[in-house]
Amino acid sequence: MDLSRLKRRSEFEWVIEPRGKMRVPGVLFASEPLVRAMDEKVLEQVTNVATLPGIRVASMAMPDAHWGYGFAVGGVAAFDPDEGVVSAGGVGFDISCGVRCLRTRLTRAEVEPRKKDLADTLFRTIPAGVGSRGRIRLSGEEMDRMLRGGAKWAVEKGWGERGDLERIEEGGAMKDARPEAVSDRARARMRDEVGTLGSGNHYLEVQEVAEVHDAEAAEAFGLQRGDVVVSIHCGSRGFGHQIGTEALREMLDAGRRHGIDLPDRELACAPVRSKEGEHYLGAMRSAINVALANRQVLTHLSREAFGSVLPQSDLTLLYDVSHNTCKVETHEVDGKPREVYVHRKGATRAWGPGHPGLPGRLRPVGQPVLIGGTMGTSSWVLTGTESGMRASFGSACHGAGRSMSRHHALKRWNGKQVVAELESRGILIRSPSLRGVAEEAPGAYKDVAEVVEATEKAGLARRVAKLLPIVTIKG
Amino acid sequence: MPEKAAFENFAHDADIGVRGRGGTLAEALANAGRALTAVVTDPASIREVLSVEIACEAAHPEELLFDWLNALVFEMATRRVLFARYEVKVEGARLVARAFGEPVDVTRHQPAVEVKGATWTGLRVGREGGGWVAECVVDV
Repeated sequence: MDLSRLKRRSEFEWVIEPRGKMRVPGVLFASEPLVRAMDEKVLEQVTNVATLPGIRVASMAMPDAHWGYGFAVGGVAAFDPDEGVVSAGGVGFDISCGVRCLRTRLTRAEVEPRKKDLADTLFRTIPAGVGSRGRIRLSGEEMDRMLRGGAKWAVEKGWGERGDLERIEEGGAMKDARPEAVSDRARARMRDEVGTLGSGNHYLEVQEVAEVHDAEAAEAFGLQRGDVVVSIHCGSRGFGHQIGTEALREMLDAGRRHGIDLPDRELACAPVRSKEGEHYLGAMRSAINVALANRQVLTHLSREAFGSVLPQSDLTLLYDVSHNTCKVETHEVDGKPREVYVHRKGATRAWGPGHPGLPGRLRPVGQPVLIGGTMGTSSWVLTGTESGMRASFGSACHGAGRSMSRHHALKRWNGKQVVAELESRGILIRSPSLRGVAEEAPGAYKDVAEVVEATEKAGLARRVAKLLPIVTIKG
Repeated sequence: MPEKAAFENFAHDADIGVRGRGGTLAEALANAGRALTAVVTDPASIREVLSVEIACEAAHPEELLFDWLNALVFEMATRRVLFARYEVKVEGARLVARAFGEPVDVTRHQPAVEVKGATWTGLRVGREGGGWVAECVVDV
């Protein structure tokens, strides 16, 4: 990215001054090398979002920002309830895609001798990849209960423990979901996909806590060096994709009807207070519940698999974050607390210490922010900060982001070689598709360590622990 | 000059594009469907043991491509099938097609990734040389 169009506010904060139809400035949070490496499209997309009606404070990009549909991936924008809009492009296709991290009460030393058996058992237990089906078949009424209840529904059905819920955003159930706003096609896509991992960059990983950077927060999170954790990265499966696709089509017409001038049709949006806006919000919140239910069922399956291989294990939830959402939150705007519709697309909610929405044990240190890496590199646990609450509506980065297209990765790597190379480093990969493994080769991604360092230095979240993969189940 | 491929994928930042060419709009759309299959697996690895009828309607050819690809994504996902070939007819704003393929066989197809949906990005349907081209970026 050409830096001449940016004003440097601090070492890790870059401003696009308002010009033309921009209603607010654009702000990029990143180190100079990360900003330089960002494509020009990020600047254009952050600028475009700044022109949308009712946007408040700034159109923001996290350190891992890259080109996306309409909004950049890594984009954060908050809108006024009365004057603002809601945009499907500001949430993304994989609604409520996120990461869940479970502690196991096991150490690397305990897992190492049973690693192969654990990898094979997890791979047999967790439905993964194209065409896979879950154990649950949902009828109309049960589907509605899941769409309203999310992880809470799953726990009530026996797929988890009640204590899990306080460790999930929204207490495990996104309120104001409207199943009646969900199309038959979206329902058809979810009928037997609850409890499936999906494909692409989604995974279930057994990881070791390799480094502790913040001892106090790590203690509050129940993490110690050498501990083994399980991280699950997936979302609302075909359901969210269908809602996103339909909204993209419908909002194009809605925007025209409401006279919203769009610089890019993928910014398609509707006023928050409109029939179309409310329709999308109701369907999108249902998709959030689908993602929460999905990760909850996968948690249950993980407990089964661990229990059969390592009976002394006890999988408890550290936290569950979503990084493709639009949520109503209260933040300080123009010096006063105001309700805003915060869009986070490829950005993680990162509430700081003392936030009333956090459970008691976590409240003094802030929300765990879970950042996924690749099969061969690190993942991270961060914690939300007070400065991040002020700077970015309590938002942080979400992951590494690709540095190479699937097309190029497939030409460059061979799946078998990737699996063998990782195995020689002690990382076991299980996947139904070697082509999928090649496309997801660690070398096709950016360095997540650089992203989390910039996130910390920009004050958005603080590093707590670094996780390294032991076993990866890929879709 | 080498002849241009009837269907192909192209790199677009982190995502992937699908492109179909043909003598008519219908052929170009059919080949865009094959390019969509190629995102997941090699279309040549798919046997033709079943067929599915698909219809959609849109005022503009670009919106027709968007709806057509999304209809294929829906059929592939809900039926757990992959399609090798498509017969497409376009009459005015309406597309009627038959897709030929088989259920996903993970061992044989090695399916790489599910396509989430077609997008407006790089969406282009129009004349190219003496024929038609239909292309867009898909989210995976």
